[in-house]
Amino acid sequence: MKKKTPMDNTAEIEQEAMLHDIASILRTFVKEISNLIPILQMIQEKHHYLSPRALQMVAKHLKMSSSEVYGVATFYNQFRFYPPGKHQIKVCLGTACHVKGGDIILENFERKLEIKVGETTPDREFSIDRVACVGCCALAPVAIIDDTVNGHMAPSKVEGLILGFDIEKEREKREKQQSEAKQ
Amino acid sequence: MARLIVDNKQIETDDGVTLLQACLDNEIYIPNLCYLKEMDNPPGSCRLCLVEIDGHSQPITSCTVTVKEGMVIRTDTEHVRRLQRTAFELLLSVHRVDCKNCPANRKCELQRIAKFLHFGLKLVRLDQLERETTVVQDHPCLEYVPTRCVLCGKCVFVCQKKNGQAVLSFAKRGLDTVISFFGEEDKATATCEECYACAEVCPVAALLMKEQ
Repeated sequence: MKKKTPMDNTAEIEQEAMLHDIASILRTFVKEISNLIPILQMIQEKHHYLSPRALQMVAKHLKMSSSEVYGVATFYNQFRFYPPGKHQIKVCLGTACHVKGGDIILENFERKLEIKVGETTPDREFSIDRVACVGCCALAPVAIIDDTVNGHMAPSKVEGLILGFDIEKEREKREKQQSEAKQ
Repeated sequence: MARLIVDNKQIETDDGVTLLQACLDNEIYIPNLCYLKEMDNPPGSCRLCLVEIDGHSQPITSCTVTVKEGMVIRTDTEHVRRLQRTAFELLLSVHRVDCKNCPANRKCELQRIAKFLHFGLKLVRLDQLERETTVVQDHPCLEYVPTRCVLCGKCVFVCQKKNGQAVLSFAKRGLDTVISFFGEEDKATATCEECYACAEVCPVAALLMKEQ
């Protein structure tokens, strides 16, 4: 067995707190199948994503099978199944970006971060989403990272952007260590 | 009793049955994938069981029509065949054809339909949808092969019918649609080991019993 890291522990505590809160959300809803989507929306609004255990809790509350709840939730693009990352990458696949190879840019991000669209890296640093047109088609293909618009994207730029964040993170870590050492 | 004329042949059938069932019972084959006799509301989703009925301007799915006395039906018009071939072609474009290594070889419903429609199993007009060939092993006693699955939904129907709540269900959407056992792993071990209704009903061996 792998030894539990402190990271795993905090994640577990977080998960427990979330499930506890979801239980109280569920109590406010009548046990009717027509409440399924409103419940899922409410959970996502508060916790930003739907975890597998949350879906199972909803299924139990509504006396439905979990697979059916999962089926409904995965049908809609509005639901996420992974917690959003610290840096949210949104790759545009609108018409202009699609023509200019937006899917290649998406694939580059996916390969670089080793996750699929809609997922989050295990360290919760990055999540990738696809969006449909962000309104600056002249800059196609476009990727938005946090609030910065990156136009005329190219595979080499993907590499550079991620590297930039990694360097930033390293620097922050070092500064923190230095200030701790001073104290 | 209702009497109908199918392809210039008179047949007799019970009242209240679907047109598709009436034809199949009288040894008139109409290609179909998603229909089961036990269904109250057939989904009509495979778009293969089309026929022309006198009085209707367009071909219509025979699984969603109840027989009526004096109906006149044609199952083999050019229009019907063209629609069936296109529907079949679309199904093939998402089905990895590898009959030699497939457990359903020779008893596969797709092979039967291809033979019936004189349609080769090779794609000419459409491209094959590129997908990774993965076998989903999430379930304790079943495996699922998405590249074989034609999403007919028979497995979901029989599971629901037999177990009240379906252990499996459709998930995702569009070309990503799959059959999923999400969250049913515990329940599955108890009920599925003795059931396997889904694997039995699957027309293309996309759901299989795991070898123990």
